Amino acid sequence: MPDQADIMLTVEDAACWFDVSPPWLARVVERRPRRLLKAVDGVSFTVRRGTTFSIVGESGCGKSTLARLVVGLIQPTRGRLSFGRVDEAAGAGAAPRVQMIFQDPYASLNPRWRVADIIAEPIRELGLMRHSVDIEARVAELLGLVGLARNDACRYPHEFSGGQRQRISIARALATQAHFLVCDEPTSALDVSVQAQILNLMRALQAELNLTYLFISHNLAVVRHMSDEIAVMYLGRIVEQAPAEELFAAARHPYTRLLLDTIPDLEAPNRSRAPLAGEVPNPIDPPAGCAFHPRCARAVERCRTETPELRTIAGGRAACHLVEQAA
Amino acid sequence: MTAPAAGPVLEVRDLEVAFDTRHGRLRAIDGVSFAIHPGEILGVVGESGAGKSLTGAAVIGLLEPPGRIVGGEIRLAGRRIDDLPPAQMRALRGREIGAIFQDPLTSLNPLLRIGDQIVETIRTHLPMSDREARAKALELLVAVGIPAAETRIDHYPHQFSGGMRQRVVIALALCAGPKLIIADEPTTALDVSIQAQITGLLKRLCREHRTAVMLVTHDMGVIAETADRVAVMYAGRVVEIGPVDEVIHRPRHPYSVGLMASIPSVRHRAASLRQIDGSMPRLDSMPTGCAFHPRCPRCLPRCTSERPALEPAGIARAACFVAAEAPAHA
Repeated sequence: MPDQADIMLTVEDAACWFDVSPPWLARVVERRPRRLLKAVDGVSFTVRRGTTFSIVGESGCGKSTLARLVVGLIQPTRGRLSFGRVDEAAGAGAAPRVQMIFQDPYASLNPRWRVADIIAEPIRELGLMRHSVDIEARVAELLGLVGLARNDACRYPHEFSGGQRQRISIARALATQAHFLVCDEPTSALDVSVQAQILNLMRALQAELNLTYLFISHNLAVVRHMSDEIAVMYLGRIVEQAPAEELFAAARHPYTRLLLDTIPDLEAPNRSRAPLAGEVPNPIDPPAGCAFHPRCARAVERCRTETPELRTIAGGRAACHLVEQAA
Repeated sequence: MTAPAAGPVLEVRDLEVAFDTRHGRLRAIDGVSFAIHPGEILGVVGESGAGKSLTGAAVIGLLEPPGRIVGGEIRLAGRRIDDLPPAQMRALRGREIGAIFQDPLTSLNPLLRIGDQIVETIRTHLPMSDREARAKALELLVAVGIPAAETRIDHYPHQFSGGMRQRVVIALALCAGPKLIIADEPTTALDVSIQAQITGLLKRLCREHRTAVMLVTHDMGVIAETADRVAVMYAGRVVEIGPVDEVIHRPRHPYSVGLMASIPSVRHRAASLRQIDGSMPRLDSMPTGCAFHPRCPRCLPRCTSERPALEPAGIARAACFVAAEAPAHA
């Protein structure tokens, strides 16, 4: 266990269920039952200070819901999220400031505001600085930090490319002197050469400002590049968690193995791959037992009935009966 | 079906597409040439705004006004198609050229059962009775791997998942036995595990039917596993074209070199990714000479004024003075 002071975020058995029941009348007249979408269902993990914890998974696995839980945009149905304390001259033992960077840099910036106002908004809102001269200087400093020019402050978002807009989002997040950034697919909307610029910038900023990242992505190559620790999600649950290098060297869970096998590889393209059959099941009506069993080549009878627990194994955690037996 | 012609299925020569605006003519495609042979998959890669989708739209005759072809020619199996009247072009689309787009939901009519959509397309192009067309539709749905096709044929698009919808779109593109398929980002909206299924399917069907494919994508991994040859586009031009292995592992053009190096690898973790500084020039401020020169780490004085042509570089072809002079760049 890492040192308590070292932990930035603890998530304990967090769950987030959405009520997707048919309307009351339909339930009464047609006797249709209530239905729950268990977007996140019993997820626990800890994030250490100054590291990057990544969550990967396919669409509908609950990774974005988890990001929203962490920043507090939605409340958990069950479970607890708690942040570590940060020691600062200003407020010793204060909770860390959490900010979010969104996927779409076109939708996350107000098109009618100048960049200076966008970046200054959190400073003004949180009352971090009073004098407009200080704020102006801080905005210029932040722009420099993310690789934009000082005079970009008086331009509007539409004058920037996607990559530059994502830099503005990052500057806005850092304006609060944030300690913890939740990044939900920050580079998915960007071209690869621009993605490289943003990923490099994020790593440089992490080293410089000792930031902690919760990094959400579906792209395993990007995740490998960024992460210290990786959790793989499938239908609302973590199926495997391990340090990045561990996970890529020896993935345990069949789903992780499948993900690693299906990503096209530039260095050794597998041109005659046998693609995996099946699709991600509907999260409203997940399969019984292990949610992955209908797609799993190694599924046994027990997998169809009993949901595997996330258990600690050498080098990480995995939720799979077979891995458990082998260990 | 006629026997495949000996020459290329698609031949594009010096294609130029421009938009006439109040501020003058913007040239979005500037002298693009390539050919695709029967059964071959040509990957077209590039970043947003490179003109890759526009090239596909020009070939299929679906350029949005004010965009139009202002130069060059497009030949399908030897016959010139870029100057056909709209009615003839419409007869060609679907019959000779099939199309697969990024979003399978918007390429299907939400109000029609998928079987009816396929039957409609078949009967528009081929002399078949309703019954024959439906049998053929079912056969196609089985071929693209729709489980329980006999019942699924009467379902509506919203009843299918994204991957299944894209299979239906592929069936629709193939239904009249086209010579050429334009696939514009066919897997971008899909999850990785589904992506592999769709590219595998596309590859298998095109081998079987000897259909030529123009695969437009920004995902180099998809190209590496699917395409036979690849054309790298930058700012409306083809900067490098050649066998996929060669271009990916031994790129010659500095842009291709930068592009390949900027892709994070799943095999190892680099200290930092190689990045290409700056961004692609806008159409209204296209640099003189080589369009890549302001971002190029190996720019020569000549590059700023003179435009390089596609010249042989190894077994590929690259449009670069530096690549032509000093071949291999490790």
